[in-house]
Amino acid sequence: MNDWSQALSRFSDTTAGAPVATHSGNRGLDLEEPLLFEQDKPGRCGVDLPEPPVLVQDRLGGLARTAPIGLPGLSEPEVVRHFTRLSRRNYAIDSGLYPLGSCTMKHNPRLNEKLARLPGFADLHPLQPISTVQGALALVDQLAHWLKTLTGMPAVAMSPAAGAHGELCGMMAIRAALNARGETRNRVLVADSAHGTNPASAVACGFTVESIPANDRGRVDLAALKALLGPDVAAIMLTNPNTCGLFETDIIEIAEAVHAAGAFFYCDGANFNAIVGRVRPADLGIDVMHLNLHKTFSTPHGGGGPGSGPVVLAAALAPFAPLPWVVHGTDGFDLIEQPDGDAVASFGRLKGFHGQIGMFVRALAYMMSHGSDGLRQVAEDAVLNANYVLAGLRDVMTPSFDGPCMHEVLFDDRFLKDTGVTTLDLAKALIDEGYHPMTMYFPLVVHGALLIEPTETESRATLDQFIAVLRALALDARSGKADYFAAAPVLAPRRRLDETAAARCPVLRWTPAPALRSAAE
Amino acid sequence: MRYLPLTDADRGAMLASIGVPSIDALFRDVPAPARRDGLVDLPRAMGELEVERALGRLAARNLGAGSVPSFLGAGAYRHHVPASVDHLIQRGEFMTSYTPYQPEVTQGTLQYLFEFQTQVALITGMEVANASLYDGASACAEAVMMANRLTRRRKAVLSGALHPHYRATTATHARFTGFELVETPAQPMGDEALVPLIDDKTACVVVQNPDCFGRVHDFTALAEACHAKGALLVVVVTEIVSLGAIVPPGQMGADIVAAEGQSIGNALNFGGPHVGLFATRERFVRQMPGRLVGQTVDAEGRRGWVLTLSTREQHIRREKATSNICTNAGLCALAFTIHLALLGEAGFVRLARLNHARACALADRLALVPGVAVLNDRFFNEFTLRLDRPAAPVVEALAERGVLGGVPLARLFPDRPDLAPLLLVAATEMNTDEDIESFAATLTEVLS
Repeated sequence: MNDWSQALSRFSDTTAGAPVATHSGNRGLDLEEPLLFEQDKPGRCGVDLPEPPVLVQDRLGGLARTAPIGLPGLSEPEVVRHFTRLSRRNYAIDSGLYPLGSCTMKHNPRLNEKLARLPGFADLHPLQPISTVQGALALVDQLAHWLKTLTGMPAVAMSPAAGAHGELCGMMAIRAALNARGETRNRVLVADSAHGTNPASAVACGFTVESIPANDRGRVDLAALKALLGPDVAAIMLTNPNTCGLFETDIIEIAEAVHAAGAFFYCDGANFNAIVGRVRPADLGIDVMHLNLHKTFSTPHGGGGPGSGPVVLAAALAPFAPLPWVVHGTDGFDLIEQPDGDAVASFGRLKGFHGQIGMFVRALAYMMSHGSDGLRQVAEDAVLNANYVLAGLRDVMTPSFDGPCMHEVLFDDRFLKDTGVTTLDLAKALIDEGYHPMTMYFPLVVHGALLIEPTETESRATLDQFIAVLRALALDARSGKADYFAAAPVLAPRRRLDETAAARCPVLRWTPAPALRSAAE
Repeated sequence: MRYLPLTDADRGAMLASIGVPSIDALFRDVPAPARRDGLVDLPRAMGELEVERALGRLAARNLGAGSVPSFLGAGAYRHHVPASVDHLIQRGEFMTSYTPYQPEVTQGTLQYLFEFQTQVALITGMEVANASLYDGASACAEAVMMANRLTRRRKAVLSGALHPHYRATTATHARFTGFELVETPAQPMGDEALVPLIDDKTACVVVQNPDCFGRVHDFTALAEACHAKGALLVVVVTEIVSLGAIVPPGQMGADIVAAEGQSIGNALNFGGPHVGLFATRERFVRQMPGRLVGQTVDAEGRRGWVLTLSTREQHIRREKATSNICTNAGLCALAFTIHLALLGEAGFVRLARLNHARACALADRLALVPGVAVLNDRFFNEFTLRLDRPAAPVVEALAERGVLGGVPLARLFPDRPDLAPLLLVAATEMNTDEDIESFAATLTEVLS
């Protein structure tokens, strides 16, 4: 404990200035790296390709490119070094706790990477004859079976490419089902703690959005919801457990009220990690839910994708699922790629080809590794770890709601009141301590939110250290070290970046310096 | 379980420090009827070796495109990816990082996305590009919706030679958000008359280059016709390598380019994940969908990068966002950036010329096969054949003989019996002279 507080006092003495300046601009292992475009030597190339044969006449219809493109020339060692250096400027789950709430940053097993790269999966063309891809279709079918069994739902749409894409899929299925019933319902009720993608997805399907208020227990206000329901409500969208890290205790009554009003119940499955193997969404009355394979089922986040967002569907919505469908045919598996036959009511296509097959391989490998027993343990350990963090911090930080949490714990900024330190400052101070910050200022239902999701793949020792650091920071904040917090981070590859300037006068690409440009012209 | 660090002793001690008797106490908010005591009906945990065997068996039931002569394209292309690309994208610092919300500790991701945006803008001949979308088809739909916002009109004209998956994806959005599509029928021969379809209600015209029959077009006059009516030109590119050989859409007057980037750096992956590229004019940037990285400085005046113009996005604007997209195709964009960095100007142009030369060699050889006519007089690395019988059974027969001989257009246009004899074939740098000879010989045998 002493080591931490000593370290902090040392930093707080240096708030006014930067750490030691060097001649190179580098700082030990932290190496400055110019842009690719600033390392250009015309003609240099990192790939040795054969000289193309001279064509008597090209067949480009007179449209051969003549103008230079402007791509830089680098050799392979320079490219490898460039991206290796860049990689070292990233925080990652491989290097430490990544407690971003509602993002489920858990360990990404390398077995899954190995299997996704088997030529029998990675080197398949999506339009090969169906007879040559039976194993890949069997894989889709097996993953679908796991997802349906874990959620208790009868059907799953596999093609959505991410969680928000899954939301779009689910809301389109609802719209299609309403159209088939001859009903025009245009209102969608969205919990005010919902991810921003929920209202954006509903609007992208032509719905209007209204907010459902939360009660003082951080859950949907059932009475307020009932008052909002009516014959023009198409659906409600809830996250469960919600983004306050709480299970919606009234969820069965909510589902009953929604169904009684003739509406559908969309559940955002971003937080499925908290309940996998212990609670089946079908038993809660949910009609449709997307699953982020890159959250609960550990496919890598990759710095922002690729993801995968299969959508489980109740029987009433299943006929409208997007194309393509993997089905059991007379001669093995088949793909339905057009809205006919069994898929005649399908609402159409959401992307090219069949879905994020590479992510399916990873997710299925993860599920098979855990099994039914291991997945249940995932939920239990994820919830245990979050509650352990809550117990370790509840006396120095301010939990927003009473009682146990699920897989993530929400604090607000009451504990920072009158300290001059903000949620943002605290998050930035965590960076100096070697941690990625928690989710900040989300959900919007509490002031200065700090949402921590440790996940099940963190050890008790890691959590103990994290708790100790946050306790020390909370005490520092109250002991008048606001100047340090306002300056943090001081030890990261960059200090705070000027986001206002970036937005006011956007520089979205590299361009040659004016002198170079005029010389080239 | 090898991925779970907690021991039973840890769990007991942690429950004690939380002050609850059992894990069940932490799930007390779950309504009783929904609590499940037993395990779901699925297999139990498996070791690494067992999982590897089980999925290895599934992989072995597929015919890998690289194990036989393969000539499939139609929006996904088999190219050589240098070994360093896959090595670098598997560095944990890239692969296991999140969307770069905390720029001080994600400069690596932010800098490569800035480089990616620049590369995409350069090869498409556009001014700005975003940090990727899911794939080419969803990028096409986003482009049409962006054109609707920019022009405040709600009608799009789609070329009949647009990839049917792109048409279908756009049509899905049109149906649900309520805009009109004017679609012309697919015509493998002759020019389509799009200009007469443009009126003062048209938001955009969507065309593809090379188109889904492999033809290369000059859209300069079409762009002018669009602009004369206040409409925008959206150009789709499904084979991004083509831009090393042909005039880019930006130079033809395109306003938005929606493209598939899989060909650079990424495997076929049976159709996904791939990477959507999206580029436009600088003046349209505030109506653009998706993440954008911008350059700025830190508190010490050092150059750095941040996510910017977030007021377009769902996490800030919620129901008023330009798109609902959040997660995009980050790691596939990284693979694209690394591969294109390795190629550089010289390599990219040479790769494109190689592809064109391979396709010319293939076209010349297949034209000699009895019962085969090459329809295209201009193409990049893909062209359409007319066979003397339906193409789909021919492709099946070729597969049985160990050749993946292209995409029968009946698969993409099942409601067009007149296109049943057409076969779309592609050649890339991966196809050797022996592959081409093998294809031609096997096709001769199947057709005889």
